[in-house]
Amino acid sequence: MPAAPDPDSAEWLRALRATGSERLAAERRLHTLLLGAARAEVARRNVRATIPGAELDDLAEQAADDAFMSVRRRLGEFRGESRFTTWAYKFAVLEVSGKVTRHTWRRPDRAVGVEDWSALRGRLGLQPEAASEWHELLAALRRAVDTGLTPLQRSVFVALMLDGQPLDVVAASLGASRGSVYKALFDARRKLLAVLVAGGHLTAGEARR
Amino acid sequence: MTDRDRLAAFLSTDPRDGGCDEALALLHAYADAYLQDPDEAARHRPSVAAHLAACGPCAEDLAGLLAAIAPR
Ligand SMILES: [Zn+2]
Repeated sequence: MPAAPDPDSAEWLRALRATGSERLAAERRLHTLLLGAARAEVARRNVRATIPGAELDDLAEQAADDAFMSVRRRLGEFRGESRFTTWAYKFAVLEVSGKVTRHTWRRPDRAVGVEDWSALRGRLGLQPEAASEWHELLAALRRAVDTGLTPLQRSVFVALMLDGQPLDVVAASLGASRGSVYKALFDARRKLLAVLVAGGHLTAGEARR
Repeated sequence: MTDRDRLAAFLSTDPRDGGCDEALALLHAYADAYLQDPDEAARHRPSVAAHLAACGPCAEDLAGLLAAIAPR
């Protein structure tokens, strides 16, 4: 439901829709805000170990420029659901998020077709000492992954849970959206739980906790 | 928490979870509301709250947006 924007937001909209020097001044102010937010977000994400400093500065500037263009282009879509600046900052944060992912995108180290099921233990924070009961449970899970999932759900499960790739990286490598990869894992988890409960490997009580 | 509990917890999904697309579309509204009152923001948009509790990347984007709008 569109809400009437607060006075500050209304002033931003008015100035960005004005002409001449007034509009230019507002655009400069907006770009400065977006650049500050993009730089802060790059620093907050703490990716210095994987991306060299000079590239990080470029990344922040590129993110700010792209966010600025998006705000300009989509000004008519602002519905007053938040302050104008919050809406604008979102573009900067999401641009940084996407660009960091594309920068850190790497193919998995493993040979194609080799899956490391022992990695699941660390991924889920399980005990290092394997009880025999766990071996049974893991075998049941593995069967369910192999037979109960669609090809997409299976490859998303393997990439995230065995290879340990970040969700956004998996999405980028599949050319899919974050949302569709999340949904594939969501549906996979739901199916796997149902199979393990039906097979008596987990109880409904454990599943609800 | 036993290993069985941990596995069950990982496989358990929240039926209220509205997914990434909805959460990202509403992230600005959620962030402003969250800044005022986190509990009220979650009550007002349970599908977004459930998603943010389960999705690392969307939660990270919210954290970034909250950092950008936090009063200095
Ligand atoms: Zn998400």
